[in-house]
Amino acid sequence: MPTVSVKRDLLFQALGRTFTDEEFDELCFEFGLELDEITSEKDIISREQGDQKASEASDVVLYKIDVPANRYDLLCLEGLVRGLQVFKDKMEAPRYSRVNPLNGDPQRLIITGETASVRPHAVAAVLRNITFTPERYDSFIELQEKLHQNICRRRTLVAIGTHDLDTISGPFTYTAKAPDDIRFKPLNQNQEYSATQLMGFYKTDSHLRHYLHIIEDEPLYPVIYDSNGIVLSMPPIINGDHSKISVNTKNVFIECTATDLTKAKIVLDMIVTMFSEHCDQPFTVEEAEVVYPDGRMVTYPELAYRTETLSADYINSKVGINETAESIAQLLTRMCLKSEVTSDGAEIQVEIPPTRSDVIHACDIMEDAAMAYGFNNITRTTPRTYTVANQFPLNKLTELLRLDLATAGFTEALTFALCSQEDIADKLQKNLKDTKAVHISNPKTAEFQVARTTLLPGLLKTLAANRKMPLPLKLFEISDVVLRDESTDVGARNSRRLCAVYYNKTPGFEVIHGLLDRVMQLLEVKPGRNHGYYIQAAEDSTYFPGRCAEIFSHGKSIGRLGVLHPDVINSFELTMPCSALDIDIEPFL
Amino acid sequence: MADTGILESLLRLVDKVDGGIDSQVVASSLGVDHQVVVGAVKSVQALGEVIEAEQRSSKHWELTGEGQEIAEQGSHEARVFKAIPEEGLSQSQLMKLPSGKVGFSKAMSNKWIHLDKGHEGGPRVFRMVESIEDVVRKKLQQVQMGHSSQLEEKEKNELKKRKLLTEVTVKSYWITKGSNFSTIITKQETELTPEMIASGSWKEKKFKPYNFDAMGVAPDSGHLHPLMKVRTQFRQIFLEMGFTEMPTNNFIESSFWNFDSLFQPQQHPARDQHDTFFLSDPAVAHDFPQDYLERVKKVHSEGGYGSQGYKYDWKIEEAQKNILRTHTTAVSARMLYKLAQQEEFTPVKYFSIDRVFRNETLDATHLAEFHQIEGVVADYGLTLGDLMGVLHQFFTKLGLNKWVEVGNSGVFRPEMLLPMGLPEGVSVIAWGLSLERPTMIKYGINNIRELVGHKVNLQMVYDSPVCRLDS
Repeated sequence: MPTVSVKRDLLFQALGRTFTDEEFDELCFEFGLELDEITSEKDIISREQGDQKASEASDVVLYKIDVPANRYDLLCLEGLVRGLQVFKDKMEAPRYSRVNPLNGDPQRLIITGETASVRPHAVAAVLRNITFTPERYDSFIELQEKLHQNICRRRTLVAIGTHDLDTISGPFTYTAKAPDDIRFKPLNQNQEYSATQLMGFYKTDSHLRHYLHIIEDEPLYPVIYDSNGIVLSMPPIINGDHSKISVNTKNVFIECTATDLTKAKIVLDMIVTMFSEHCDQPFTVEEAEVVYPDGRMVTYPELAYRTETLSADYINSKVGINETAESIAQLLTRMCLKSEVTSDGAEIQVEIPPTRSDVIHACDIMEDAAMAYGFNNITRTTPRTYTVANQFPLNKLTELLRLDLATAGFTEALTFALCSQEDIADKLQKNLKDTKAVHISNPKTAEFQVARTTLLPGLLKTLAANRKMPLPLKLFEISDVVLRDESTDVGARNSRRLCAVYYNKTPGFEVIHGLLDRVMQLLEVKPGRNHGYYIQAAEDSTYFPGRCAEIFSHGKSIGRLGVLHPDVINSFELTMPCSALDIDIEPFL
Repeated sequence: MADTGILESLLRLVDKVDGGIDSQVVASSLGVDHQVVVGAVKSVQALGEVIEAEQRSSKHWELTGEGQEIAEQGSHEARVFKAIPEEGLSQSQLMKLPSGKVGFSKAMSNKWIHLDKGHEGGPRVFRMVESIEDVVRKKLQQVQMGHSSQLEEKEKNELKKRKLLTEVTVKSYWITKGSNFSTIITKQETELTPEMIASGSWKEKKFKPYNFDAMGVAPDSGHLHPLMKVRTQFRQIFLEMGFTEMPTNNFIESSFWNFDSLFQPQQHPARDQHDTFFLSDPAVAHDFPQDYLERVKKVHSEGGYGSQGYKYDWKIEEAQKNILRTHTTAVSARMLYKLAQQEEFTPVKYFSIDRVFRNETLDATHLAEFHQIEGVVADYGLTLGDLMGVLHQFFTKLGLNKWVEVGNSGVFRPEMLLPMGLPEGVSVIAWGLSLERPTMIKYGINNIRELVGHKVNLQMVYDSPVCRLDS
């Protein structure tokens, strides 16, 4: 969930009234937001860097508000205020419109074929005669950053460039070139660099270095030029310094380059719907033309309105309320979804504005209706669904065995399913290749290299962490290990294991053997060769030679028991003899 | 227990005196070591109110080893004096005597002897007086006989300085008759024995009282892990509510079932390397239900079923990627798909509690793996009111309404359900929460590492109480 930080007093000024913190918290809740924190720049700096650094900082009160992940229309003060004012019936949702330029032709952005391999899409628009103030300007920059971090997926899907239109002249060309062939003065720098130099230069930049990987290995880098060869931007990394906007900029050219055209259109719509508020003709956006390599020409921004038609019954039956169509239409209108009841009274026509890209199905409209109605006003009901409960047989057996193992004097451990390769191989004196382990491709540390193939390392590590406890230590765990298995769709399966260890001054093979006998008794398997269970000497590098046996039940091997090899004991930083039992319990279902 | 003879002798002595007797006096009159008497006093005390014994401490003087030697053989100076014959003794010879050095200087300062330094054949020592009185020996003999009080403090301190006397503190008992006094010993039994029960002799015996302030002996037992105890309770709650347990024993899942089938777009941040564990081996999954996969692809990339879709280029390669499941909802999706394949839809209530995995930044409350609790209801005509009602019932059984905050809930989207083939009017409501969070709240644990994993202190497991969520 993105968090939007707004100055409280600016917010109240825009809302035309003040609130207590509690009142505003309540309003947020009603509108599906959460007032996460009340703070100030000073507080934040003091918390992160200490009081001294904070002494100069502003102590203007900030509200940090959690916004649902797909509500991009609430990511800035402008949008937040508009949403709340409409919700509280203080204003009608504005109607956004695309207009022709007053003078001359629309701005034009020509896409060349070279972009196809790296970043094939671009959209553009113009905010004409905008008036920035320092607050509006900051909000404008902040919104772009929020969009970059969220819908733009850290600029991988979409990158936004905003330019002072009065410093450049169209038509603009969006192309892709070899890095050494691109040269320009990047934003806030004093000299020209080649793109190759820039990528090196930004390696140490705390902000920009996170975006370099997007194009780093591409043979051609995306770049936008104006008709005089001035670089507007090298998306998705940096804009040119020449066209940078300031608080005094009057006309803004916005371009969004993208790998995902749908998201580029949404992002462009968001920026222009939010900030056209500050244009001389509020909520109008000057169109721009985008020409594709195949000659196709499309006009942006789309600012598309869509109508969904649904019945009051649909809303009522999904939410569990009983409202008239008129009342539901009012609820939806308050959520910026302008709604009208059709002339025959049977249906509701809902207009979805370009700001509500999150509404993609009638169920989203239903959810907005529920929110406007107030979740706490919905009567809680009990589903009439009649069902008989069943336990998953493997879990049922596990629950029963756990209880009886504790009754037998063993204590339950709970260890991790992920571990290091060393844990399941080297430390147990096994070859990793023989373990049938599944391997994780992106572990942050060695603790998460593989899924465990046996419960034994977890129990031995638990012993090691509890060496100070009185002996003997008797532990067990019944849980899943993961093994490669070609016969399943994912190529791996879980296997439910029972593992127990006995750790004392003497190896206690007889104790662990006695536990096996007890488990078999519990599972109603009698000692015997054919239809019972027996153990038979086995060689296993994890165990001390001559002190390991394989366990057979109904003629099938189900696991092993024995005294652990001294080298295994040492590798887990243990000092006493230890015997272990390790069996598969799935054959007993 | 000291032998009965001593005990009875002690009791007879106590019987004879009025007002009590000191245990040291008892020792000397019985001719035994004081410690033996102390043992006897304790044994008698254990029998009940036979005697009263008040502990007191007294100081008295005792001879050191050297002091004892002097009491027997005389002081060093006296021994030196006696060693010197009429004709004197050469100093070098005198010094060789055992008492030579100390005795010589003391005898000199007592003016019992004198030294002729100029004597031919080297310095020679002669007696100065006819006879001497060995006062030191006499004083020590007095102390030895228990008459130290006859000596002045100054004298005793001087002897102490010469390491001949030492002052010792003796703990003794002042013994008086108790309310149950008797000179005959009846032995108290510690425990009832089978023989006593058989013979009935327990009726005649006196039993030693128990110390009820002491702790008992811990039973030799095994213990269940507290998190698993809470899991058992959650299972119980779901079963009481008529929910059937889902088979969640598949930690490895394909991205298709974990994300795509749930209508989670392929660019969703949760599918990032930073949030999800991907597998290198086996890296990809196969064998998807082909028709269903096509419907999923379509609803993502083009929409349908009343949805606009996400309108992006859906890739099978992304869906095939194997991961460690990030939620058990992947299993819910498989179960709902299976349900949709039935000839006729039947309503279901499902639950599961099992491990899920996140490649997140770890802190005091986050581990790379945790247990997810999930409940799912699928039926015709379920409403948001039903979701809130069932959640209310569930959390009421947990005993704390506040716990709603630790979970998530919602209605599954039609873009997820309809491609599976579930009928149009069927709604599916679901909620989930972690098992660890409520357990930590329940047991007051702040760091998740104190609850889960191999580093937990087994004492915590040994000491954990039963789990009753509603109390």
